[in-house]
Amino acid sequence: MKYLLSLVVGMLAGVAIFFAFLYYNPLTTRNTLSPLSVTDNDLISLNYSAVAADSLLYTNDGESQIAPHPAKVLQLWEPSIRNTRAMATVLFDSRSQRVGIGIKFSSDSERTSILNGKMIVDSVWHIYLPGRGSLFVEQSENYWRYLRDIVIPAHWNSGNNWRGIWNGNITDGPGALGTAKVIGGSGNFLGLETEGVESLAAKAYTVEAGPVAMSGELVIELPRPDTAIASDL
Amino acid sequence: MFRTFIAGILLGLAVAGAALYYVPAVDQFREHSLIVVQPNGGNSESFHINVPTDRILIGAPAQQNPLPTDLDWPSDEQFANLRSELFKIRNSKDAVVGLGSRLAASHPDSGDIIEWVLHLPARGSVYIAMRTNPSDTGQRIGEMLSGTREFAALRGPVSERWVANTSDSEDASSGRINLLTAFVSTKFEVEEVVE
Repeated sequence: MKYLLSLVVGMLAGVAIFFAFLYYNPLTTRNTLSPLSVTDNDLISLNYSAVAADSLLYTNDGESQIAPHPAKVLQLWEPSIRNTRAMATVLFDSRSQRVGIGIKFSSDSERTSILNGKMIVDSVWHIYLPGRGSLFVEQSENYWRYLRDIVIPAHWNSGNNWRGIWNGNITDGPGALGTAKVIGGSGNFLGLETEGVESLAAKAYTVEAGPVAMSGELVIELPRPDTAIASDL
Repeated sequence: MFRTFIAGILLGLAVAGAALYYVPAVDQFREHSLIVVQPNGGNSESFHINVPTDRILIGAPAQQNPLPTDLDWPSDEQFANLRSELFKIRNSKDAVVGLGSRLAASHPDSGDIIEWVLHLPARGSVYIAMRTNPSDTGQRIGEMLSGTREFAALRGPVSERWVANTSDSEDASSGRINLLTAFVSTKFEVEEVVE
């Protein structure tokens, strides 16, 4: 009996050691520097509140931690969209002026691999900037650092919350440098093919309601016309 | 007993590693794709939206009946000619397979647009630009500008048509939006040209 007990306790210790290694694994810590921070090209900065209650509309399966907003919004309970969120939000420029409307669809990805420190979400943005045109942003996002640095500490905290300053890029692809693919659809952006990076800045999180003070930024690179011509040659 | 404990630790490590490796963390539900293969090697697929039951959002300034009813849409002048809609998308068997956004806007600088983004979680997303003028039959034709994952290597036309419901039933929807895609692989097109 004592050998069986010893085996079970050993197994529990082994599982705990495994998860501790995953949690503290330094190899899954990614550089928070945006690949676009060293570009010479112009950048568009689109900011939004990543708190559901601040958005125009946020909906999910209705049973998740983050409550849909507004309260009467249709929920995504069907099996094929149960792991998907939809958000419509006002986008602000770097001077906090309203510049457009963005709609974001996010779905949990089957490429998620906890062993490799990847909590992948496939997402797309549909953006309209009045007077400038429309954009489509395709990206896979990795929320592993967000989970490790904010969500898990919030659960460990006796007050079931987290407070601090956390900044991180969540874009993980499809670009080789961890950039999103951006396609222009109309107006000044017609025919545009470029890259973007989305990042989050969190200040407060509660286990009950999810993020309560968090903003997002979508940075899109605008290639210079002469660069495009040079690449064609 | 100490050896048993050590063996238990190793076993625990192995079990946890195997579980995380073999058990998928995310398993998206898949409806069967109902695709019709065309003689030219392309494929067509039809989707539809039952209105109003599949409509999630109508965002437009001065909208008398906003959806959701407690929606607080911005009244800025710059959004005056923008209409944003969100829908659930159904396949030809009437099963919900994804979500769609439709933006219709006009602006003197950036022109008139009608665009769709279809997001099918288990398959990928499609970005579509429609012509702003519908045909005499009420059909509107558009072109896929970009796609992700399963749709990444595809291009082709998309049509949109509003079909009013003529049923007298009280429970009947007011109509449906039909979306018909006809995509061809860009790789296939290139190979055809080379041959």
